[in-house]
Amino acid sequence: MKRLFGIFVNGLVVENPLFVIMIGLCSSMAVTTTVANGIGMGIALTFVLVMSEVIISAFRKLIPDSIRMPVFLIVIAAFTTIMDLEMKAYFPALSKSMGVYIPLVVVNCIVMGRVEAYSSKQPVLDSLFDGLGMGLGYTWVLLALSIVRELLGNGTLLGFQIMPSSFEPMIFFILPPGGFLVFSLWMAASNSLRRRILTSRKDDAAQQSCCTLPADGTAEKA
Amino acid sequence: MTDLVKIFVAAFLINNIILMRFIALCSYIGMTSDVGQSVGMGLAVTFVTVMASAVTWPIYYWVLKPNGLEFLEILVFIVVIAALVQLVEFYLKKSVPALYHAMGIYLPLITTNCAILAVTFDQITYGYNFVQSIVFAVAVSLGYLLAMLLLAGVRQRLKNSPIPSFMLDTPVLFLTTSIIAVAFMGFAGLIK
Repeated sequence: MKRLFGIFVNGLVVENPLFVIMIGLCSSMAVTTTVANGIGMGIALTFVLVMSEVIISAFRKLIPDSIRMPVFLIVIAAFTTIMDLEMKAYFPALSKSMGVYIPLVVVNCIVMGRVEAYSSKQPVLDSLFDGLGMGLGYTWVLLALSIVRELLGNGTLLGFQIMPSSFEPMIFFILPPGGFLVFSLWMAASNSLRRRILTSRKDDAAQQSCCTLPADGTAEKA
Repeated sequence: MTDLVKIFVAAFLINNIILMRFIALCSYIGMTSDVGQSVGMGLAVTFVTVMASAVTWPIYYWVLKPNGLEFLEILVFIVVIAALVQLVEFYLKKSVPALYHAMGIYLPLITTNCAILAVTFDQITYGYNFVQSIVFAVAVSLGYLLAMLLLAGVRQRLKNSPIPSFMLDTPVLFLTTSIIAVAFMGFAGLIK
């Protein structure tokens, strides 16, 4: 049980896909103009990630090594299609505002990276927790980004007016440059916090497992 | 003709795929550590994007749509692009080895490049005809090349600059990108 919790926390903090491994960046900035979009995208990606990891992990001994990439792609594309159609049916407004970024989950490096590096080698239960941890790790970063951007750029949170009416919304934060700026600052804050924790701990083993991340290169695929 | 020019300018500058739409950021951060590499990647992406749109457009309008299979779009496009990249790689290796050596290392990497897939989806969403689609594909990928080149140039300078340890590594790259993106906002009024 403790091991599974460790896998879960790994994706949430230690190997956070956005801030630490730095994969799957595209959608994180594009959809975070409002908190609702951020949550929607986070849940959508978590769904595709968990389902793909579980299915591929269950069939990992049957998939021939030489054609594993196409097989992974088809599994991921199938779940992305399911998620896309569900969104269109139940959340049409959300689906419309996220546009092309929903089908783009299929080439989101987080999904491909985790499937290739993790669930193609690990048992089903581990993969399930890895998918959940990574998915929620992605979601909380999206939330952090979108809270700052919606609050400063629009004066609202989830559509409710938060700032006093004298507050002039700073449109900059809704526009693309604002997305890059907020992401850059969050990443700087998160990284320096991580660095401080790591140096204060002085635990060599922990440091190694945290800082030599994508040694196999799989996570860094374009 | 004017509509083609409009599509080109809009896709190349106004809605620049990296700076305004955040697509293909992974390769933008990963492949710009030197100028030559970023140009190589940019050209490879241009080549594959144009090829991919020339293939996916007929597939969508002549195969998927008449049979009511539009929902298979994602699945079909990604498989077609992956297969296409493989074919191009084999062909280049056999017949144009010089080009293969210049481009070869980038080809496997761009199978899962978001830019290519995004272009093929956009062409369908915007309802472009075949010629418009090709112009759009060329413009988007040249925009990609331009953004890569800009960041690669700035990174050369960043190497020798005193950067606060707080912003070291990737955060400073995103900050730079933010400033480049502000400059690109200026193109917004170019087309009515």
